Amino acid sequence: MSKYPNLLIGAALAAGLGATPALAEKLGLGRPALPDEIAAWNLDVSPDGTGLPAGSGSVEDGETLFSDYCAVCHGEFAEGVDNWPKLSGGEDTLDHEDPLKTVGSYWPYLSTAWDYIHRSMPFGNAQSLEVDEVYAVVAYILYSNDMVEDDFVLSNENFLDVEMTNTNGFIVDDRAETEYAQFSQEVCMADCKDTVEITMRAAVLDVTPEETRARQIQEMVEATNPRARPAATPETPATPAAPVALEPAAPAAVVEETVALDPELVAKGEKLFKKCKACHQVGDGATNRTGPHLNDVMGRAAGGIEGFRYSKPMIAAGEDGLLWDEASLAEFLTKPRAMIKGTKMSFAGFKKEKDINAMIEYLKSFAQ
Amino acid sequence: MATKKREVETSRRGFLTSALAAGGAVATAGAANAAGDPLITEVQEWASGLGDGVDATPYGMPIRFETDVVRRNVDWLTADTISSINFTPIHALDGTITPQGCAFERHHSGAIEMRKQDYRLMINGLVDTPLVFTYEDLERFPRVTRTFFLECAANTGMEWAGAQLNGSQFTHGMIHNMEYTGVTLRTLLDEAGIKPEGKWLYVEGADASSNGRSIPMEKALDDCMIAFKANGEALRKEHGYPVRLVVPGWEGNLWVKWLRRMEVTDQPVESREETSKYTDTLDDGTSRKWTWVMDAKSVITSPSPQMPIKHGKGPLVVTGLAWSGRGAIERVDVSLDGGKNWQAARLAAPGQDMAMTRFYLDVDWDGSEMFLQSRAVDKTGYVQPTKTQLRDVRGLNSIYHNNCIQTWWVKANGEAENVEVS
Repeated sequence: MSKYPNLLIGAALAAGLGATPALAEKLGLGRPALPDEIAAWNLDVSPDGTGLPAGSGSVEDGETLFSDYCAVCHGEFAEGVDNWPKLSGGEDTLDHEDPLKTVGSYWPYLSTAWDYIHRSMPFGNAQSLEVDEVYAVVAYILYSNDMVEDDFVLSNENFLDVEMTNTNGFIVDDRAETEYAQFSQEVCMADCKDTVEITMRAAVLDVTPEETRARQIQEMVEATNPRARPAATPETPATPAAPVALEPAAPAAVVEETVALDPELVAKGEKLFKKCKACHQVGDGATNRTGPHLNDVMGRAAGGIEGFRYSKPMIAAGEDGLLWDEASLAEFLTKPRAMIKGTKMSFAGFKKEKDINAMIEYLKSFAQ
Repeated sequence: MATKKREVETSRRGFLTSALAAGGAVATAGAANAAGDPLITEVQEWASGLGDGVDATPYGMPIRFETDVVRRNVDWLTADTISSINFTPIHALDGTITPQGCAFERHHSGAIEMRKQDYRLMINGLVDTPLVFTYEDLERFPRVTRTFFLECAANTGMEWAGAQLNGSQFTHGMIHNMEYTGVTLRTLLDEAGIKPEGKWLYVEGADASSNGRSIPMEKALDDCMIAFKANGEALRKEHGYPVRLVVPGWEGNLWVKWLRRMEVTDQPVESREETSKYTDTLDDGTSRKWTWVMDAKSVITSPSPQMPIKHGKGPLVVTGLAWSGRGAIERVDVSLDGGKNWQAARLAAPGQDMAMTRFYLDVDWDGSEMFLQSRAVDKTGYVQPTKTQLRDVRGLNSIYHNNCIQTWWVKANGEAENVEVS
């Protein structure tokens, strides 16, 4: 109890106020939780392995999964894209300025990584990974931190054998011993110091690490929904019936403009655009963000906005004559990375042809 | 980055300009010319015509003249809002209760929308009977109403490395103070029956982040509660509608929103939020964990960078907020000269445990520059430390739990800036 000196005070006060209902017996409210219900929600995993389901996954499988589901934010080698959370590296930096805190350098328990990935990742599509997939992704993160070899297979059997670097790097809150006595001295009221000089001004506006991370997460939200991608077996091509040749198609786009837009489709497209707007802007004042702005995208050459940092494959496609029209956009939106291998766009693609049509109709409404 | 910075400077300058313009108007009214103040001598439209009928706004918003008193998310920190934080406009508020509509938000996977009918709360683990409650069940338990502050552990975290953000909203706005109505955890847990080996309570939310945290059972049974009302009305979506956890005096991350499950355990789960985050790395690379309590802290909300002095010298109200996670605020001292000399401020009401206290100091300002500071003392005798004192113990790599004394440099023209002083 000595760790919680405030509890006695709180309890005493509550008693004094008489505000706490005094209950002797149960009220019989609620109902017993069913075993299946408990199993569905009781997923947390503790450092000693409590709650860890049976299963296994290899570094090799993890690499593929990580590339598909995680690399868009965390990088192919868990090194972090831009300022997204880095999951690897940072060893021996904790006592340096700006320590790099990763699963390898900082996280004290492997259970934490397993539990978090299982329940809260991938971002925007949580609880979608199978148990074995979680094992594989965790195995790959260990590998990316040089903590296991490339032939390693992580399972519930060997889970507790993995040694985490920083397990002993934590102490329980010691403010009561290290701070409270010296911060509880008699206060000085007059002539407490000789001079007062300004040592720093708020001239530089900066961000906390926490805020930086939040910003990147926001920019990519909904763009990282691997489970939304079409099944591995090709579905019916979503390309509209009359494909247009991938050649200078400006006339086609101009013709399109004169055709009245279907307001219902545009409205549906606007809703769907929620999936895009973390990265793309459209409409008045639209500017390039994580992705290029999409005003006048119809008729635009692929990779055609000067100054935007496209992927090399996208620029190459544009140089080869790819123009965005209904057909090419439909193909791209079906499975972006299948059409332009290496595109930076992390969106997995629309499953439904009608969604693609709606999106194209919506984008057409921003033609000049 | 440069562009965004310029925007902010512009908007701040814009604010100051309008503030000074307003100040000018006040001065004119005060110094009425011979013909008298037309606002008094002439019949005004509002004194002659009619106002809105009773149903003009079924649920009222603040009058349009107050539209700048809103949460702000420092847009160059966070380009979007799904996993982010914004700041309570504490500079513009008074009293102690934070209106829900402008109380800061922190989401890890966005603010989810859940109907009361879809709400379920499960208690499982080391209990006699694992239970499931509906929202309606919760409303039938004996109820309590209590006021507490909620402070994010990262509040003022941007200031560890140096004075950075200009405005108490941005330096200290990850906080709010509300009157909560709900049911104590003791009541709920007793209904399930805690087994003797149940020493911890693992709590989690219904959103994708789940934000699970482990709370020692002593604390859970002492003063924690679930809340379904705040300031008399339903919780706002962004604060966890329909039900959130209330953990008085402890860091905001523990106050799980959309609370869906409480598991009685014999050990902490050591979740992501209590290991990789919300831990405090010291100079030698060791990190403190379980730093739950928010130590005593205060800030002057006006004058401050967003609240310049517009009226020139003479009577000036210096006001601010103080709070402590370890009990009631006992006193607050204010310094006008950067900590050389201090005087006791007037508390608007006696301090309450783990709730905000408003303080005032009535000053006859001589128009010279000031270095305003406030220093809170709580019931335990703990005195809010200086930033130097904190850095001496913890080093420079901390993010959370910065409860240092804040300095506003008020210049002769009434403008204020966030500074550090020797």
